Amino acid sequence: MDILRFATAGSVDDGKSTLIGRLLYDSKAIFEDQLEAVERTSRDRGTEYTDLSLLTDGLRAEREQGITIDVAYRYFATPRRKFIIADTPGHIQYTRNMVTGASTADLAIILIDARKGVLEQSRRHAFLASLLRVPHLVLAVNKMDLVDYSQERFEEIREEFTSFASKLNVGDLTFIPISALNGDNVVSRSENMPWYLGTSLLHHLENVHIASDRNLTDVRFPVQYVIRPQRATDHAFHDYRGYAGQVAGGVLKPGDEVMHLPSGLTTRIASIDTFDGPVEEAFSPMSVTLRFEDDLDISRGDMIARPNNQPSVAQELEAMICWMADGVKLTPRTKLTIKHTTRTARALVRDLHYRLDVNTLHRDEEATSLGLNEIGRVSLRITQPLFVDDYSRNRTTGGFILVDEATNGTVAAGMVMDAH
Amino acid sequence: MLQRDYTTSQLDVLEAEAIHIMREVAAEFERPCLLFSGGKDSIVMLRIAEKAFWPAPIPFPLMHVDTGHNFDEVIEFRDRRTAELGARLIVASVQESIDQGRVVEQTGRRASRNRLQTTTLLDAIEAHEFDAVFGGARRDEEKARAKERVFSFRDDFGQWDPKNQRPELWNLYNARIRKGEHIRVFPLSNWTELDVWDYIRREGIEIPSIYFAHTRKVFERDGMLLPDADVVQRGDDEPLFEAVVRYRTVGDMTCTGAVQSPATTVEEIIEEIAVTRITERGATRADDRSSEAAMEDRKREGYF
Repeated sequence: MDILRFATAGSVDDGKSTLIGRLLYDSKAIFEDQLEAVERTSRDRGTEYTDLSLLTDGLRAEREQGITIDVAYRYFATPRRKFIIADTPGHIQYTRNMVTGASTADLAIILIDARKGVLEQSRRHAFLASLLRVPHLVLAVNKMDLVDYSQERFEEIREEFTSFASKLNVGDLTFIPISALNGDNVVSRSENMPWYLGTSLLHHLENVHIASDRNLTDVRFPVQYVIRPQRATDHAFHDYRGYAGQVAGGVLKPGDEVMHLPSGLTTRIASIDTFDGPVEEAFSPMSVTLRFEDDLDISRGDMIARPNNQPSVAQELEAMICWMADGVKLTPRTKLTIKHTTRTARALVRDLHYRLDVNTLHRDEEATSLGLNEIGRVSLRITQPLFVDDYSRNRTTGGFILVDEATNGTVAAGMVMDAH
Repeated sequence: MLQRDYTTSQLDVLEAEAIHIMREVAAEFERPCLLFSGGKDSIVMLRIAEKAFWPAPIPFPLMHVDTGHNFDEVIEFRDRRTAELGARLIVASVQESIDQGRVVEQTGRRASRNRLQTTTLLDAIEAHEFDAVFGGARRDEEKARAKERVFSFRDDFGQWDPKNQRPELWNLYNARIRKGEHIRVFPLSNWTELDVWDYIRREGIEIPSIYFAHTRKVFERDGMLLPDADVVQRGDDEPLFEAVVRYRTVGDMTCTGAVQSPATTVEEIIEEIAVTRITERGATRADDRSSEAAMEDRKREGYF
């Protein structure tokens, strides 16, 4: 059994909570005491139906105001897979939360109301999913029961969205007509839409192939922590020196020739160690400890790659930025702390090339700043070299965060473009 | 060449993520500590710490906030496990906080030291100048926790502000704080109760005996089975009876209920959980039942 992480985009009006509630309920991930609490609260508020959004809206302010403030993580499992849902709110702080939820997602579900068709917000959701390089996109055309399960309506929406999506980088796009309220095509195929020959949503989630979404080609191992057990009572480990980290790309094997960055020196992998014994290969997302044949000066923030396949060593970065701070804006000359893999440095915003309108994809080249939830293209100068790949090639070595040095808040998510 | 499928099992993914989190903390903080209660989640967390730094010893101390109302079996387990690892254990005592007048003991039948723990915990964090504190909390446990970050920022007063959390993207964690502030770190955020049990089974990890079915004198209150113990005040209208029970969570005797169960092995517990229809906290924790936002309110004050 593996894990699929998916993000759901859409507002309460699209039936998102109903859909999540149904997936959780039908997979028995909602428990009786949780359901009772939700039913009780719904009754107290005078709602006629059981408001399943109350399951995810856990904070006092959310329940009082009937809004979702933050990304909520929900869990369910079927015999085939474990699922982690990043449920992102539809209204408040939308971009920031969707970017956060999408950053780790293997798949995003975008809900569309069959009556309303492709709206501005559907396009925004799709754009953000493609910006964050979520490998699989599902367009769930919901409320099919309210359009008489019309194939014609479904095809109209499919054509309109496909034409828009061709402008984006969407790897795998699947359309599923559903009714979350009635359960059509959610867990099992619906008899109300015999014209639909695809699978149910849950079947798709259970079977979509994600193992090859990871980069298994370019060896990237950001050194996270040096393990030197000098205090170990066992003398066998007295001279042990291992480099711990989580594999970010490629497949590593003992005996492989590797290159250390920034030194550019090469050596071979002597052993790939874990608590449970040495392993014959390591790939993303394994956390392992490497030992090398030669004694090199290696520390946290360094990168292990292959002599003939290295990341860019860059002090000038081109990146798309999603600004997430309230109050302060990003402007040229802003100085920030950058965290990229295991390396932390300082960054100076050299230039803001344009601000992108997430609804129309229009590039405003006159823009002089980025405010909360705005996305733009910037040039950064970094105080020390970073070992980067294009975000489109590797989400781990292409993604970074920016931290405000005054407040220590995380103020931006960044994606490396045109690394060379 | 044979094409190999690089699928990774859910427990391996969760373990790798938790190890990554622990190493980030060890690398980026001066004085971390790991909260170890002897409960199953903190036992799993301790195993992850062992794995993350092997063959070196765990590079931070363990801390237990001892209410004085713990089960004997759990305290015995705590001390034994700590000794096996050669780890340093700090015991922060709620009784001492009471004796020093830092907190006032509740009175009456429903008196519990649950809420008092927060003061003891925050005092200890301050006294030891801990800047990162590992907790075993999971997001599937409770709806306020479902929204908490892996690196959860706490201000000078140890408070959590759920509306003002740092965005958390990819596997990049923001460890920056000022002196006096700290980060609560939850490496098991993405684990479910079933994952924890599956992991205990797979790793063959020992857990305290009270997790398994045993015969115990109990009484019923609010649909929960509370144990017969000196520290638990029982009314005349709450008769004792013997039952075969086990614990799904381990907390204070005063507020942790047992469930009737014949499960004597980890396998049987997993079978039971797979079909149960009530959450572990809903079934067994009086502390979460006091209001809709009981957990959120306690967390804001600095609770685990």
